[in-house]
Amino acid sequence: MRCSVTISVNGRPYHQEVEPRLLLVHFLRDAGLTGTKIGCDTSQCGACTVLLDGVSLKSCTTLAVQADGASVTTIEGLAVNGELTALQDAFWASHGLQCGFCTPGMVFAAHEILRSNPRPSPEEIRHGLEGNMCRCTGYQNIVKAVQTAAADPRMAQTGARR
Amino acid sequence: MTTTASAAPARVFGSGIRRREDPRLLTGTARYTADFVLPGMAHAAILRSAHGHARLRGVDTSRAKKAPGVIAVYTGADTASVLKPIPCAWLIPNSDLKAAPFGPLATDLVRFVGDAIAVVVAESEYQAYDALELIDVDYEALPAVVDPQKAAAPGAPQLHAEVPGNVAFHWTVAGGDIEAAFNSATVVIRDRIIQQRLIPTAMETRGAVAQFTPATGELTLWNTTQNPHIARFILSIVTGVPEDRLRVVAPEVGGGFGSKIAQIQGDFVTAFCSMKLGLPVKWIETRSENYQSTTHGRDHVQQVELAANKSGQILGLRCTVWAGMGAYLSTAAPGIPTILHGLMLSGAYNVPAVKEDVYGMYTNTTPVEAYRGAGRPEATFILERLLDLLAHKLQMDPVEVRRKNLIPPFDNGHDVVTGLKYDSGNYQRTLDKALEHIGYDKLRTEQAAARMKGRYLGIGVTTYVEICGLGPSQVAGAVGFQGGLWESAIVRFHPSGKVNVFIGASPHGQGEETTFAQIVADELGVGVEDVKIVHGDTDNTPMGWGTYGSRTTAVGGAALAVATRKIKEKAKLLAGHLLEAAVEDIDYSDGKFFVKGFPDRHKTIQDIALMANVAWNMPQGMEAGLEASSFYDPPNFTFPFGAHVAVVEIDPVTGHVELKRYVAVDDCGPQINPVIVEGQVLGGVVQGIGQALWEGAVYDSNGQLLTGSLADYAIPRADLLPDIEVLSTVTPSPHHPLGVKGIGEAGTIASTATVYNAVIDALQPLGVVSIEMPLTPERVWRAIKHAKGRDNDTQPVA
Repeated sequence: MRCSVTISVNGRPYHQEVEPRLLLVHFLRDAGLTGTKIGCDTSQCGACTVLLDGVSLKSCTTLAVQADGASVTTIEGLAVNGELTALQDAFWASHGLQCGFCTPGMVFAAHEILRSNPRPSPEEIRHGLEGNMCRCTGYQNIVKAVQTAAADPRMAQTGARR
Repeated sequence: MTTTASAAPARVFGSGIRRREDPRLLTGTARYTADFVLPGMAHAAILRSAHGHARLRGVDTSRAKKAPGVIAVYTGADTASVLKPIPCAWLIPNSDLKAAPFGPLATDLVRFVGDAIAVVVAESEYQAYDALELIDVDYEALPAVVDPQKAAAPGAPQLHAEVPGNVAFHWTVAGGDIEAAFNSATVVIRDRIIQQRLIPTAMETRGAVAQFTPATGELTLWNTTQNPHIARFILSIVTGVPEDRLRVVAPEVGGGFGSKIAQIQGDFVTAFCSMKLGLPVKWIETRSENYQSTTHGRDHVQQVELAANKSGQILGLRCTVWAGMGAYLSTAAPGIPTILHGLMLSGAYNVPAVKEDVYGMYTNTTPVEAYRGAGRPEATFILERLLDLLAHKLQMDPVEVRRKNLIPPFDNGHDVVTGLKYDSGNYQRTLDKALEHIGYDKLRTEQAAARMKGRYLGIGVTTYVEICGLGPSQVAGAVGFQGGLWESAIVRFHPSGKVNVFIGASPHGQGEETTFAQIVADELGVGVEDVKIVHGDTDNTPMGWGTYGSRTTAVGGAALAVATRKIKEKAKLLAGHLLEAAVEDIDYSDGKFFVKGFPDRHKTIQDIALMANVAWNMPQGMEAGLEASSFYDPPNFTFPFGAHVAVVEIDPVTGHVELKRYVAVDDCGPQINPVIVEGQVLGGVVQGIGQALWEGAVYDSNGQLLTGSLADYAIPRADLLPDIEVLSTVTPSPHHPLGVKGIGEAGTIASTATVYNAVIDALQPLGVVSIEMPLTPERVWRAIKHAKGRDNDTQPVA
């Protein structure tokens, strides 16, 4: 059985006939948006985190059919013409990534922290990152990146939306 | 490029510039192995043994073959005639090493949960996994053994008919007179240490995309590897595809920590499928599959004893280690509990005598390999544990005991009892700096006050020295490594003065695309942005032995430095020719070659690059082009070192360990990019903390992996950690062209012992002397309960 879905990803509609069991993360990756990563099979690692209608979500916990009609933002949808958003730039400035595999998910976890709390304390940031795993950085520079982004006036202007 | 002599730019070597890797990683445009899609590509899924030890009475693939989308199903019967066994590449001499054959797919016996049995190739990934469920395996379960010491016991289940007693090798290191040391000792401290098995958990699992072209016989493998050139070498041996027709590409690689050194079953099986079908085939591990099938680390049972005199001076160290190797010997596995462990047993201390017996044991578990630190954390832990026990026994401060035994500062070689020559060290300085930064004396006062109030604060102090920059190839050969350990670099100037550098090593998160550009910029005066580092593809990079053992900057960086200096020599000759001056009269400064005393009579490196490339006016006999290569074989290893301090507080009611502070002082020589160095320390420290507090691969007695997913295996999370305080000192390596030593593993080597010692220190008033890692609340709580009411004897029973 196949179901027809339309999901807007990074502002572009994707019409697909999909199996009902297809995970959103596979939908995205099959559409060529491979920036979203898969790091586990138990929804622990958070590498697949994206925005669904503006709210962060592990895209391995959602079926593509559940996202029918929704808007998804993936890591490819942030920078415009290579110009990084304030949040991406903060990760760069803070050395908040090494191998980069967890990074797309981390960026959206960070986005969610700042969306719900524009001035988080380091403890609040660490708590907000607990659903995302990184094996390279020890998290410290990711915490720093979120703090750096929080202090960046661009965050207030463009909002965490972009 | 124009620069003026008066405004000397800040030196780019030593500057914490932003990493050039990051924009592609931050925008989702980097491509990892799983991201590759080739026309007509099929998907492979591998059936893994559900038993730790079993005879395969039958593997029926008939139902799977009929499943929707299935292109082919293969078993060991299909691969056995095509693929050779996977070779072990570190054959330790004088150890009676027995490398049992390791088939890419099992044929008659499976020996660990995760051993590969069959592969399905289908049009889609989902179809491949569906069909996997339809393969019927008739197992005859056999008794299993998972504990390395128990594997050595008489009557233990036998894994390999050709390896009686499961002993893969027995290796010994000895130096000094160990009998005399123990005979003259006034104090002997004993302990039994379990260095638990760990699962590396690089965030990217392993996988491969294979593309075989039948018409040409060429095979390309995009592979999650730390060492594409070794991968090609081994792949050639196993598949029979000649090396010149084999291309291995390590695209973006999502961390390794040792788990992407070995060539594993899935790599060969994927290649086989592509060769058989003439189609591109992709195989990407699931995380649970990764936990079963990709290599693990550590897994030592250690019986250790330290001889000392009553003033706290070390006289000798004697150890017996049963090192679990898993069911087969992985690529570099035998070298880890031996060369990288036993030779480092004396650490940063004057130890007059050492003796260690290492038994490499086959067990019904996933093969082990290097895991960040690889052998050195297991060595550091022994000494640091025993020194704390010694201090307690003698009622001395743990720092005082260490100070009594530290090797005095040296800057050009120090021979140690295991036969190594350390390059340079100032262990006192890192220790002093760490203690001063954390306020050690004040902390001890606070601890005493806290104890009065029933609070359990603990302080752990560790010094370490590690062996990096592997290493002289002659030594590699002498210790049985089946390859070289040099590195290579090609520096190529384009006519415009821009530079490509091609390196044989293969960084995967460590940032050498940035730091190596800094080396070139510093040596040749080009802009750092004008240098691009190319790595990871065997078709366009020179041979190299890979990124592990903190060796890429230590060895590959040296190769690059030497290559840039060759460029400079040629540029000088050409500059002399163009400026009509003798080469002896040409000086170099900051990207300019000028006539001594006449800075205006100069040629920039860009001028030289253009002329060398167009070659209109070259000196007699000089070849065109501005390019140099270097194959650098180091004269010795490098020996980074440091001192770490941790402060913990234990809740005696729950056993919960709170890590309150952590200070790391590391010395890796001059730092090319201190931000990247700090990043390596931060990540490394946290991985070592993970071993101390949370991580451990657990098997049941049948060989079932109980920690088989990220839901069951606890890697560190952000909310469990304090900020790590990172400091450094700088002691250059005397033999390295840039003085650098390597920093990738330092944090991990020190932090497990540091945190462990802090926890035991906290619990001293309760009489706890030893707890098996990881120090989960349950284990700490049990240890407290067990210790209460017991005599407060500091000497644990062996």
